Amino acid sequence: MRDLLASLDGLRGRLPEIAQADAMHLQQLRTELLGRKAGALTAILKQLATLDPEVRRTVGAAANALKGELEAALDARVRALAEIAGDEAAHDLTMPGRTAWRGGLHVLTQVVDEVCDIFREVGFTRAVGPEAETERNNFFALNFPVDHPALDAQESFYLGDDVLLRTHTSPVQIRTLETHPPPVRVVIPGQVYRRDTFDPSHSPVFEQIEGLAVDEGITFVDFKATLAYFARRFFGPRTRVRFSPSFFPFTEPSADMAASCSVCDGRGCPTCKQTGWLEILGSGMVHPAVLENCGVDAERYTGFAFGMGAQRLAMVRHGIPDIRLFFESDVRFLRQFAGRGR
Amino acid sequence: MIVSRRWLEELLGQPLDPKDIEERCHGFGAPVEAVVPLHRELADVVVGRVLEAGRHPNADRLSLCRVDAGGADGPVEVVCGAPNVTAGKAYPFAPVGTVLPGGVKLERRKIRGVTSNGMLCSARELGLGQDHEGILELDTAAAPGTPLLEVLGMADDQIHIEVTANRPDLLGHKGVARELAASLGARLRLPPIPGAPPEGATPALHAVPTRGQDRGTVDGLEVRLEYPEGAPRYLMAVVRGVRVGPSPSWLAARLTAVGQRSINNIVDATNYILFELNQPLHAFDLARLRGPAVVVRDARAAEPIVTLDGVARTLAPGMTVIADAERATIVAGVMGSAESEVTAATTDVVVECAYFDPPRTRRTRRALGLQSESSYRFERGIDMLAMPDAMRRALEVIVAVAGGTVREPPLDLWPRPQQPRTVFLRPERVARLLGVAVPRADIERLLSSVGFVVAPKDERLAVQVPGWRPDVTREVDLIEEVARLRGYDSFPSELGPYRLGTVPDAPVERAKSRVRETCVRAGMLEARTMPLGPADGPDAVALANPMSVEEGFLRRRLLPGLVRRVAHNWTVRNRDIRLFEIGTVFRQGPGALPHEDIAVAGVLTGARRPRHWTDGEEVPDMDIWDLKHHFELAVASAQPDAVIRPGAEEGWDAVLEPGGEVVGRAQAVRTDQPAWAAAVFGFEVRMAATEPSPAAYRAMPTTPPVERDLALVLGSGATAAAVEAVIRRVAGSLLESVAVFDEYRGVTVPAGERSVAWRCVFRDPGRTLREQEVDAVLTRVVRALKEELDVQRREG
Ligand SMILES: [Zn+2]
Repeated sequence: MRDLLASLDGLRGRLPEIAQADAMHLQQLRTELLGRKAGALTAILKQLATLDPEVRRTVGAAANALKGELEAALDARVRALAEIAGDEAAHDLTMPGRTAWRGGLHVLTQVVDEVCDIFREVGFTRAVGPEAETERNNFFALNFPVDHPALDAQESFYLGDDVLLRTHTSPVQIRTLETHPPPVRVVIPGQVYRRDTFDPSHSPVFEQIEGLAVDEGITFVDFKATLAYFARRFFGPRTRVRFSPSFFPFTEPSADMAASCSVCDGRGCPTCKQTGWLEILGSGMVHPAVLENCGVDAERYTGFAFGMGAQRLAMVRHGIPDIRLFFESDVRFLRQFAGRGR
Repeated sequence: MIVSRRWLEELLGQPLDPKDIEERCHGFGAPVEAVVPLHRELADVVVGRVLEAGRHPNADRLSLCRVDAGGADGPVEVVCGAPNVTAGKAYPFAPVGTVLPGGVKLERRKIRGVTSNGMLCSARELGLGQDHEGILELDTAAAPGTPLLEVLGMADDQIHIEVTANRPDLLGHKGVARELAASLGARLRLPPIPGAPPEGATPALHAVPTRGQDRGTVDGLEVRLEYPEGAPRYLMAVVRGVRVGPSPSWLAARLTAVGQRSINNIVDATNYILFELNQPLHAFDLARLRGPAVVVRDARAAEPIVTLDGVARTLAPGMTVIADAERATIVAGVMGSAESEVTAATTDVVVECAYFDPPRTRRTRRALGLQSESSYRFERGIDMLAMPDAMRRALEVIVAVAGGTVREPPLDLWPRPQQPRTVFLRPERVARLLGVAVPRADIERLLSSVGFVVAPKDERLAVQVPGWRPDVTREVDLIEEVARLRGYDSFPSELGPYRLGTVPDAPVERAKSRVRETCVRAGMLEARTMPLGPADGPDAVALANPMSVEEGFLRRRLLPGLVRRVAHNWTVRNRDIRLFEIGTVFRQGPGALPHEDIAVAGVLTGARRPRHWTDGEEVPDMDIWDLKHHFELAVASAQPDAVIRPGAEEGWDAVLEPGGEVVGRAQAVRTDQPAWAAAVFGFEVRMAATEPSPAAYRAMPTTPPVERDLALVLGSGATAAAVEAVIRRVAGSLLESVAVFDEYRGVTVPAGERSVAWRCVFRDPGRTLREQEVDAVLTRVVRALKEELDVQRREG
């Protein structure tokens, strides 16, 4: 045992040598002392198995401690050598760093999430519904009269006699009101379909974000305030909004909301077609017929609803000129909205 | 809808500013899409007064005139070739630099040696008519230099307004003027018809009410209303002795101003009423009506008709037709026929003023694929109560512009007369919905300003709805009117308290969000693809009315669409592509609605990572092991309960046990690709909307691990998964982890076999493991592998 402890001491005596070694000598020292097959310390550790337990514990502890010391000294010298080398032949620090592929969310997803999150701040949860719908949910429960010109703006893809791809996310209003008692406060993102041919601002498929609030005592003032809050949060605190009369069968009064152009601050530019305003959404107070169709007491409850196009918001916000870019999936496009990097 | 600024000015009796109209139209609910100034090309032409007209020194046929055109430098010399130029008279003068209709720019030039500083113009040169005999003499006292457009009264603006489907009244100038009058505080009055006798002078123009009847005669013409469902009210008049010809300029100008072509005085007169009062009219030639009779009836099954456009069409019951004693010639409200049109030879005209049922008109129009200014208005509903007034004014215009006499008052067939609708309004309900207590007097004033008749009734207001507002049927419609007329911007916008809703967040939205995050962290870019495409399997859902064959079905899977997007990326030379998409996929379901699932799919192709300058060589392309990793990540987040197994075709399946349902698949994608592109790999997983349970903390052990490498030779039948299962089972709880770190096939391993190396980490969290203990475990593992799988430790 004494022999072994002496050997360990001998090895410890090599520590100053390590602190002076050059790179090649350092490699030799590491092999000589700690090498897996023939290292001096390794050899000592291998002998431990043959010793009786009392001795083994003492020597083992000393050997392990020394092992740690040697490793630390070797590593410290490696770092020191690297620093010296750095002084002599410094790296060109303008060379690019090592990267990894970087993923990213689609710009539409980002816009939808942001809109939903803003409405979450004022109490709206997130609901969804199917993309194929009945005529009843898509039109008639929403107070569209049969054979009315209001249907013209909603040219639809039919799957069967009275089944179609929803032309707006509004049928989820019906599904929500039929399954949940007021108060109801939801935003409903989802894909919708219209029989439009592709052009820079039209697509047969696009993403809509619907909103619905129904409770006792909700008024036109609450409606205006909630949407104005959204506009300021989405487009910036200086945003002004303008409401004007419009027509949707499922709201009364109905309103279009425009926001002051975020590009030119209302002075007029190509984005807002020189008007200073951007049409953002269609909206209004929920038509009592819709509440009645869903079995909600329209005398007791009032509410408001709105719908906006996610592509349009994204186009305005990011200056994207053509709706087709959203579907092309060119990775150069997708990467632009994925944050910096590859 | 195009409205003419001048026309509105006539109705309101005051000048209007286009910018101001734009604001007001927006405010009352008809946003302006465009304002187009008319006759811009004549803007530079002014009134020129000829002071002297003498002979041109070098040409007999030309005159040399001194013209006062209001210029600061005094009169100018102008050479003129017209025979009618006379000193003292005024003519249109185009100064040098004017671009005349046709695009010719006027230059200062010498004509036979004398410089001409502009041009005196004929009507034809100005695009104002065909007259080229001489220059256009202006009967005006206007000062020289006054713009010609002002003198001719032609300066106008076309205002293109957007009219919503609920407001048919805004499809006529009178309706737009009514809203503007309310907004401006102006008075609305129909302008007098030039050349018409004073009001009341021709009592024959006033229809005699024959309410409750469905047949009658007017001036020898028999009229039968056999289908009041299709035409609830039907007026007819006869004008004898008209002279069909060109319209007077005021009438032609009105129609031109709203983008209509002038046809002849009779047709123009009916169109004038259409655009003024929003009442479509039809005029036909009495001589061509067999009987003479007019029969309004339901179309018969497969009834043939040749419409005005010369096309033979087939009608069906539910379509209203206008027939004479023999056969149908007109599809009511939609299209006339050539047979009964007014021609130059017509002397006696029959004028129809009808209300055609909106839904029937719409169905007919859609079935026949026809659309006209008239059908557009009938579909939206015209003013049934104002029809006699419209008829009277129509006859007034016809007689004024085409002569003729109305010998008998118009026939007014109205089998089931309707009273104006009354809707009750509770002022407190206005406050409840709008959040502002609008005073009762204000409500009355606002509603009255656009033609509602308001009378108190108990605590309520009884509001009589004018005939031109078919959209107002219940209390809430009146509340909208109050808000609209008061101005939406006049309401405050203060965020008040609200109660939380009863609808929880949709679990599927949360699940989608988690899967998205997983894919993004794995370096993939989110794509959106079109959900419409070609058929993809027997249970794909077909569109009944697709726009093209290539987009005739709803997608059954996401992956094919993503692969098409990879191909698109190749066309723009993108090589490194990692896309994923989360979206709805459709299959035929048991009922009428298809079955919808949310799925996540990904495609991978190109370099495994971006190349770095320290790499020294090309970065390898992604292979099936990259695919497996991405697939595992997707499955773990989208279908946490599924297990991944080798599947068919060198790929993997995600399987739900115990049923064995396959919910995901990953494999190489075979596709036509450019030579420089890399192999493509794809996966798709159907999503389960399960909430993951919160991760539980496990204490990090402080005892040291013991590592052992285990190199095994696997025969052709043995799999890594089987080996690993044995290792785990036999090693038991001391085994902390086991992972493959190497595979070797080559000279030192028998052909058909491979050496696979695992690193096993042993640890007991409670104590330091002894080496012998671990070696003993390993020995048992090796023995079990030999016995169960015939797998041996690699020698050396
Ligand atoms: Zn702008």
